[in-house]
Amino acid sequence: MVSESIASEWQKLSRSWRVQRRVIGALLLREIITRYGRNNIGFLWLFVEPMLFTLAITALWTATRSVHGSDIPIVAFALTGYSSVLVWRNMPNRCLNALKPNVALLFHRQVKIVDVYISRVMIECVAASTSFVVLGILFWSIDWLKPPEDALQVLGGWILLIWFGAAFGIFMGALSEAYDLVEKLWPPMSYLIFPMSGAAFIADALPERVRDIVLYLPMLNGIEFLREGYFGSKMHAHYDIPYLLLCNIGLTLMAFGQVRQVGVPVSDE
Amino acid sequence: MIKLTGISKYYEVMGGRRAVLDNINLSISPGEHVGVLGRNGAGKSTLVRIIGGAEQPSSGQVERGMTVSWPLAFTGGFQPSLTGADNLRFICRIYNVDYAPRIAFVQDFSELGPYLYEPVGIYSSGMRARLAFAISMTIDFDCYLIDEVIAVGDESFRQKCRVELFEKRADKAMIVVSHSHRYLKGTCSRFLLLRNSKVEEYTDFDEAYMQYKMMLEGLDVAAPAPAAQ
Repeated sequence: MVSESIASEWQKLSRSWRVQRRVIGALLLREIITRYGRNNIGFLWLFVEPMLFTLAITALWTATRSVHGSDIPIVAFALTGYSSVLVWRNMPNRCLNALKPNVALLFHRQVKIVDVYISRVMIECVAASTSFVVLGILFWSIDWLKPPEDALQVLGGWILLIWFGAAFGIFMGALSEAYDLVEKLWPPMSYLIFPMSGAAFIADALPERVRDIVLYLPMLNGIEFLREGYFGSKMHAHYDIPYLLLCNIGLTLMAFGQVRQVGVPVSDE
Repeated sequence: MIKLTGISKYYEVMGGRRAVLDNINLSISPGEHVGVLGRNGAGKSTLVRIIGGAEQPSSGQVERGMTVSWPLAFTGGFQPSLTGADNLRFICRIYNVDYAPRIAFVQDFSELGPYLYEPVGIYSSGMRARLAFAISMTIDFDCYLIDEVIAVGDESFRQKCRVELFEKRADKAMIVVSHSHRYLKGTCSRFLLLRNSKVEEYTDFDEAYMQYKMMLEGLDVAAPAPAAQ
């Protein structure tokens, strides 16, 4: 009896999982075509756009040498810095007001609100990761960049950053459905966080008291960890991985909690 | 069989909660054609969305013992930069059915010709309606939810819709929301009147319609619910 009911629960669960995978897949394709269309290079913009940004920042910083540390490789510094900004900034950007253009899809029972967010976050994840890897290989092939000292640590740091960006993005997206203010406040907020997020400095260059404060920003911990993996022998990294993990777990729970609060926007289309 | 047990739905409005549906109990058998009447904002579309599963009730349970369509209402809601074919492809993906035979049907039924491969943004409202209806006919359901959908398009298109829905699919269950008197009378055998967040059942159309008319003119005994829209 018991095993039977477990088996049927399991069947239900695996069926839901299949449906959700299908829906997210369909949403992914739909989002990509909607965003990039079929003209000129089409969906390649997905990677080219963030790459151009990173490339521009790298060029700018290389030209001005705006590194506060000493012998830090500037290209690796810019690449890791700006790539991580793409993660924590673009994911919330894409999740804010994500439901409005997709309201009609929610008429289909199998499309859940969370699927819309997951598909958007996945697109950003693929875009930022591809940009990071492709530029890394490109710079390496023209000798601007040495390969990471500890690739596994870089991967770990990247995953932690993506996790943070995804949970934060979904949370902000769901919050923006409840409070219009979120949409208004996020752009200035992200603008403020940007200089503190570690994109343009390493924590070691800061006075100790300032450093202790800005290290409350979870993404700074992630990027310090990632940079240590990339060029750890050239820098002294400051991070607290348990703290970042705790933030990620907390944000994830808050994100799914907030998504549950979101009702289908009532609109008769 | 579709069974609604103790369904209530509240919306937060300025100054508190407003009950749109209050403890509704309802069951719909296979093949039954049910008409839904009620003034604007009485909760007709909300009821249909809850039956379809697009919206969650505040309390109560919906059991779906047969497959239920999405509410065939939206004439808009297409992403303007996607083509008609893209929209069909999306539907086929989420319902896990083959695309090739269905594009042929939509091509034929919607009469959109080459426009099917153009962005929906350039369609006229009649073209959108044709696309919406054609797409919703590509998936087979046991029960169709129809929310004022036939009120669109020109006469020949409406005729085609009637044939497709009420002749070819006459054996399917249907829940039809409409303000059109003639329309409901001809197609349904059971009528629900939404009044003050409750459902009143009628088997005779003329009785239901008389009550509806009286309600509209403010002649009903109960105080009229404030309009939500």
